[in-house]
Amino acid sequence: MKNIFAVAGIVIKELYRRKDFYVLFIVTILICLVMASVNIFNDAKIVRYLKEICLLLVWLSSLVIAITTTARQIPAERENRTLLPLLAKPLTRPQLIIGKFLGCWLACGLTLLCFYIFFGALAASREHQWPLLNYFQAATLHWFMLGIVVAMTLLGSLVFAAPSSNSTILFVIVGGILFVGRHLDQVALTLHEPIRTIVYSIYFAIPHLELFDVRDLVIHNWPLIPWLYFSLALLYALGYIAIFLTGACLVFRRKAVN
Amino acid sequence: MTAILRTEKLRVEYRSREMRQATKVALAGLDLEVGAGEVFGFLGPNGAGKTTTMNVLLGFVPPTSGAAYLFGIDVRQPIARQRIGYLPELTYYYKFLTAEELLRFYAKIFGLSRAEMDKRIPELLKLVELEHAAKRPIKSYSKGMQQRVGLAQALINNPDLLVLDEPTSGLDPLGRMKVREIIQRLKNEGKTVFFSSHELGEVQSVCDRVAIIHQGELKAIGRVSDIVGKHANLEEAFLEIIGYSTPATP
Repeated sequence: MKNIFAVAGIVIKELYRRKDFYVLFIVTILICLVMASVNIFNDAKIVRYLKEICLLLVWLSSLVIAITTTARQIPAERENRTLLPLLAKPLTRPQLIIGKFLGCWLACGLTLLCFYIFFGALAASREHQWPLLNYFQAATLHWFMLGIVVAMTLLGSLVFAAPSSNSTILFVIVGGILFVGRHLDQVALTLHEPIRTIVYSIYFAIPHLELFDVRDLVIHNWPLIPWLYFSLALLYALGYIAIFLTGACLVFRRKAVN
Repeated sequence: MTAILRTEKLRVEYRSREMRQATKVALAGLDLEVGAGEVFGFLGPNGAGKTTTMNVLLGFVPPTSGAAYLFGIDVRQPIARQRIGYLPELTYYYKFLTAEELLRFYAKIFGLSRAEMDKRIPELLKLVELEHAAKRPIKSYSKGMQQRVGLAQALINNPDLLVLDEPTSGLDPLGRMKVREIIQRLKNEGKTVFFSSHELGEVQSVCDRVAIIHQGELKAIGRVSDIVGKHANLEEAFLEIIGYSTPATP
């Protein structure tokens, strides 16, 4: 385990020493503060729109950070040749993959923590309440969704050579799943065989990231998700993380790194 | 002589991505044995198979056939790499780390305790003369400094076998001299050093034995004095062994 944590520690260090996170965080803060400073239409419930926009920015920023940070991990190690001294040490390839995953996922968790603290403070300044359990559920589900995205991106970085092509493909896939994933079964009903079976298979095979999007829970202060369903969603995410990481380890196992 | 490093009929073939092109043979049945405490030079022109041999020894590339052992352990097992240090050619270490942080990271992978790290890291930084830059990010280092930090990381576990891939490549004369001094020092400490280089003068001055490979085949192996033989120096002997004839002067 110490090897995995050592690799993860380097990934986290890289994130907070690079500018990407700070830029996105500052941009999110600025947009939200500007929006919060004006009360459009004199609507007393304008705070809901403010929360919605702030959460949307948090979601977009977190996806950008997760995909771009993960996509460059292995390709950068190859390009700078740091993979060679690393693998010349008693570090196994699965340990490297899991360490990279853990580092990226924890780094995403830290950024989410910053974003949600800011979001909570902004919402509380207007609503004068702290629905902490709602925030906890929303942030945890968000973080586990990012875990699936990170594992998927890591697998992609071993299949596609260039980080830019991997990032682009992953943005399209993640965007596609979030926007149309839930409708694929209905689309399948309108199609003829064998396309119908193919679309159905895709519907059941893809990780349904939209299940983790519970922004409405905090925007409209809805009641909490039952803890059983909440736990099942986390297990669902862990299952997909395990599948993608196993795939990444299998791809990387016999790959020549010269 | 106890063999620290051994290859048996090592063969590596690279399949071409294009269907019509033939398979490229990078190594054609290489048999090599390096004993404990030796400084062994591994020579050959570009594309001869030196780096491929090192890549197999370090587990980066699987051999097509044959076997390779480090300390008698198959190189495919990570434990075989516990007692080795490796310096690759032209590596750009993590720019966002300082030399001290980089060495601490590699030390963790070797399972060094905090006390061992606190003792070993300043020693190594002193050895490679980087104490003054220990807390500076690596991105601010010159090429020579990067090579020296690479040498320090290769020594972090106090290895019994050091594998160096062109350690003086891109260094100025002073940097080369420093690397030579370090290799000499390691030799005096009884370490085994296996290194490739194009600097034949340097090889002649520090190596006990050398091997010359060309087009994936072992052409010569033996003590430096035996290889040089009747030639003026190692460079002349090397050129003859690889079949290069100098054009006749008018």
